Order: sequence, then structure tokens, then C-alpha cells
Amino acid sequence: MASKLVTSNRAGWTFAFPGVSLLTLFIVVPFFFAFFLSLTNQRLISPNPTEFVGLDNYRDLLSISVLSIEPEVDDAGVVLRDADGNPKYPRVRTFTRNNPDYKQYAGMREWFRWHSGETAKVIVATDVVFWNSLRNTLMFVVVVAPIQDALALGLALLINQRLRGINVYRAIYFMPVVVSIVVVSLLWRFLYAEDGLLNSILGALSFGLFEGRDWLGSPDTALGAIEAMSIWQAVGFHMVIWLSGLQTIPPTLYEVSRIEGASKWQTFRYVTWPGLRNTAILVLIVITMQAFALFAQIDVMTNGGPLDSTTTLVFQAVERGYAKQDISGGSAISVILFLLVLTISLVQRYLTREK
Amino acid sequence: MAAITPDNHRLRLIVRYTILTLIALIFVFPLVFMVMSSFKPDLQLLRDTSSFRAFLPVGDLSLDNYRDAFTRAPVATFIFNSVFVTGLTVLLSLLFCSLAAFSFVFLNWTGREVLLSIVLATLIIPFETIAIPLLLLVSQLPWIGWEGLELGWLNTYRVQIIPWIADGLTIFLFVQFFKDLPRDLIEASRVEGASWWQIYRRVVMPLSGPVIATAAILKFLVMYNQYLWPLIVVQQETYRPVMVGLGYYFQLNPAWGEIMAYLTVITVPVLAFYLVLQRAFIASIASTGVKG
Repeated sequence: MASKLVTSNRAGWTFAFPGVSLLTLFIVVPFFFAFFLSLTNQRLISPNPTEFVGLDNYRDLLSISVLSIEPEVDDAGVVLRDADGNPKYPRVRTFTRNNPDYKQYAGMREWFRWHSGETAKVIVATDVVFWNSLRNTLMFVVVVAPIQDALALGLALLINQRLRGINVYRAIYFMPVVVSIVVVSLLWRFLYAEDGLLNSILGALSFGLFEGRDWLGSPDTALGAIEAMSIWQAVGFHMVIWLSGLQTIPPTLYEVSRIEGASKWQTFRYVTWPGLRNTAILVLIVITMQAFALFAQIDVMTNGGPLDSTTTLVFQAVERGYAKQDISGGSAISVILFLLVLTISLVQRYLTREK
Repeated sequence: MAAITPDNHRLRLIVRYTILTLIALIFVFPLVFMVMSSFKPDLQLLRDTSSFRAFLPVGDLSLDNYRDAFTRAPVATFIFNSVFVTGLTVLLSLLFCSLAAFSFVFLNWTGREVLLSIVLATLIIPFETIAIPLLLLVSQLPWIGWEGLELGWLNTYRVQIIPWIADGLTIFLFVQFFKDLPRDLIEASRVEGASWWQIYRRVVMPLSGPVIATAAILKFLVMYNQYLWPLIVVQQETYRPVMVGLGYYFQLNPAWGEIMAYLTVITVPVLAFYLVLQRAFIASIASTGVKG
């Protein structure tokens, strides 16, 4: 090891300096800078001096509350109802705008609501768009990580058999990975269009029963459509990582299980799966990190719409930090994103630790 | 497998290949569609989407879309920018990261371990979380150019290159590889009086073909396909790379066939490159899996 070598500070520093100083300046410094900026009111270009504002940016982002609203009643105390017989509620803005009795809700907007009996429970937040972006990001991670992980393993198992020409299939499955996500997103925009390819294919496969829809134009399907495309693009990447994990399992183990007369499932359960532990952890963490970083697809395909149904944390960070030049607001979202990624990586590591 | 009759065996093979091929179709159909559509006029392109013709080179084929794409936007400039930025970054990254890794593995110096752990810790920082503070940083950085001291790196080549030269993963890949090189070789050269630079140049790097290929391919993919960073630091057409140029081009409302031509031009060379070096590409992705 290096410790046995003579200490050579001059050579050591000279060789390491260019790389390490660039890495420090462009990765480590901005990383800590993000925490600092998120506590200020820094803008990209501003005539005013930067001020320290404490946790104001986080308060604006994270303030959220439940507002219980009782139905409106007439003078006799009878609940007023609309034409469908549903109770009428006062508008949320009567609580959140200039209402001295409800100061804690000042400036908040409705995020969503549900009903408990006749009382409406309204979730109000200062920054509803941020909460939407948080929800969408988490939804994306929760859907994409397990599905992509499982599909990648399935493909890896499929490719890991001895067949002539199997490498051709491996090369094809991997192909979308080398194509830019921007290209893929534009291409799929066309596939997802109302008169696009996907609707024609689905129509043909169902003998015309399937009615075409505008996949990216509806809040119900837009995020799902982006999830499906993202899985399509990146599944080959994780297939290859699974594959290299599969190939570390000694062939003798398979020999033994075959001699012992194990079924395919048993072989997978008791030979393959235990051998894939470390790969499984790695793939899960990598997919999760990549999923949290969702940006290009959104920027190219939907711009966060329709109705904020596809906006994400990174998209909001860029939207504010770059488009609106609000560096501090963008930095605060970046810090929240980093803490989320870190927490989830640590939880994943903890759950999959050696027992 | 003596129990399996030849017929049975053949049937199983057919089933296997059918499954493999059907899955393969899922992965290639959008790309085939892209290339085929790039040769078709819009009217036909839209009509063809309702049938199999969408995937076939049939009908009125021409290179018109390509001509129109190149005249509508400075596509050639975008391509040059991407190739220039990607090429230079890959080269500088290989040099600086391998030098740092060499120092971490073969040399003993104060601060070595602390710095190495900092380098490895950066692996958990997604770029997306530092993009905004980095934007502010580069907008203020000084630079000494032809016209003397200037402030701010926005709208330049350097802002697309310099921040991307050193990264934790590339250094890590070199460190892992160097650790497995025979120590005796280094010590023998040292005894013979070779300088550290000579050992790096003449002994270590010539042995590092595989890791150089891996690091170069990974960096190439990251750089060529980059979107978020150039999107926020480059607003001038003259410095735009292809992916950001694409977004800008799309806003000019070109015909779909033209878009497909643009997509084909910037994608097919990479795909060809990939198909030729397929094993190296896949091996390089697989080697990122070592970091668990």
C-alpha cells in the first residue's frame, strides 16, 4: 500500500491538485453554497445587497395546514345546499385573504380537500406548486423504482441464458440508454399525441375498441406516460448492472442445485437471489437517485403541466432559480431534494443491511 | 438434458426467440419510426402512423427534411459545439482524474485520505441539487481572456467544459483500477530512477486501456446528452450544444418530419458508435456497478 512508500508531498499534491481543486470548486463548494444561499434572499442579478433571511424560504415552501370549513347556514341554522343537494361551503379565500381571525392561514391556497361528514377538511399551503412538485416526484420514484428494478432483473435473467445471438438482444435492449433523454422525450411526445403512434397501435391491437387519448394532455395520464417512457429508456442500464451481478454467481452453485433436482423457482430463490444482494441494493439506490432527478422529460414534454400534474422538484428548482432568477428559492428546493435523496438512500441501506 | 426430445427442444427455442424478439421490438420501434419518418413529407408521415407503413421506408422518400432542418436552425453549429465540448471535456477529464487517482493510490502525502473520502462523498450528490448555486457561482467567476480580465462565465465554451472535468465517479474508477495494478512494477521503476511523471506516462497509463475506455464512454454519454446545465448557462446560439439547440429548434414550429431529421442526425452517429463498441459500452455501465 501507499503507506509503505516514502512520503512525497510535493509529487502527491502536484498530481492531485488539478483534479481535486476542480472537483472542490465545482461540486463541493456549490453543495455547501446551496445551504447558505437557501438562507438568504439571493437573486441571480439584483441591484439590492443580499440579505440573510433565516428559514424564511423554507417556511414559504413548507407551510401547510388543515382548515376545517363548516357548511354555510341560513338564519334558521339550516345548511344551504346547491342544486345537487351538496352543502355549500364558504370560499377558502375568505379565510386566507385579509381575515384577522385566521392570521395563520394568510396567503395560503387550497391544495386539496376531503369531507368528513358535512365538514370540509381543506389542506392549505403557502406554496401549492411546491407541494405538487413534491407529490409528483415521490409518485414518480415510488412507481418507477420498483417497476424498473423488477423489469431490469427480468430482462437480465432472460439475457443471461446461453443462446446463440443472445448478445444481439442484449445490445438492442440497451440501445435506448445511449440515446439522449431529450431525443427520447421529443420522440415520445409524438408517439403520445392524440393522432400519434401509440393510439394507432393500441387501436389496432384492440381491433378498434381502444379510443385514442391525448396522453400528455390530461392530468390523469401525463405523469404515468412519462413514467412509462422513463422506464423504457433506462431499464437497459439497470439490466446490465443486474447482469454483471448475475455473472458473479459461481456456476458451480447452479450445478449443485441442478444435481439436487431444484426447480427453476427454487434455484432462483436459493441460489440466484442471495447472490444478488449487493447488486439489488446498488440498483435500487441508483434508480432512486436518478428518479429524484427527473427534469429533462418534464421540460421537453409537458413543462410541468397540465395543471401542475407533472411538475417536479428539480423542475421547480430550475424554474425559480433560473427562469425567475430566484437563486435562494431554487437553492432551498435543491437542499430539500438532497435531504430527501440522502434520507431515502440511508433508509434503503439500513433496510438492506447485512443481518 | 436427455429427457427433452429434439422436437420439444426446438419448440422451446422458438418460444424463447419469439419472446426475446417481441421485447426487442418494444425497444427499437420508436427509433425505427424516427429514422423512417425523417425521410417522409409531413402529410405522409401523419397518414402512415395509422399503419405499419410508419416503420417502413415506403412512399415519397427524400432528404428534404434534412435540408430544411439545417436551414431553419444552425444545426451544424450546434453539432460542432457538442462535439467540441464533449471531446475536450473527455480528454481533460481522463488526464486530470487519472492523475489524481494515481496520486491517491501510488503516492503518500499529507491529506491524502481526507481528500479521497471527500472525493468519494461527492458521489451521493446529484448534479441537479447543485445546479442552481453553481449557476450563481459561474456567473461571478473571473476569467483572463484575450481582452484581459472579465467577470462571468455565462455563454461560453468554458462554462460547459471546466465544471465537468473532475468528478467523483471517474476518479473512483481510476482508483479502483490502479489498486489492482502490480505494485512491484511501480517500485521497480522507482528504483531504476524513473520520475513519478515518467511512471504515470510510461508504466501506468499504457496498462490502463480498459479503465480509460470505460471512463471515456461514461463521460462521453454524460456530456453529449447533457441538457440541464447548458440550458441554464448558455443563451446564445453560437455556444448551444445539440440537445439545448433541439429545444430551441422545436419552438420554431418545424414540421414533424424535420424534427425527426434533426433527431436522426444527432442520434444515429451515437448509435452507430455504440453498436461498433457495444461490448465496451456495456462493460463500462456494468463497471459503475462495482461501487456498491
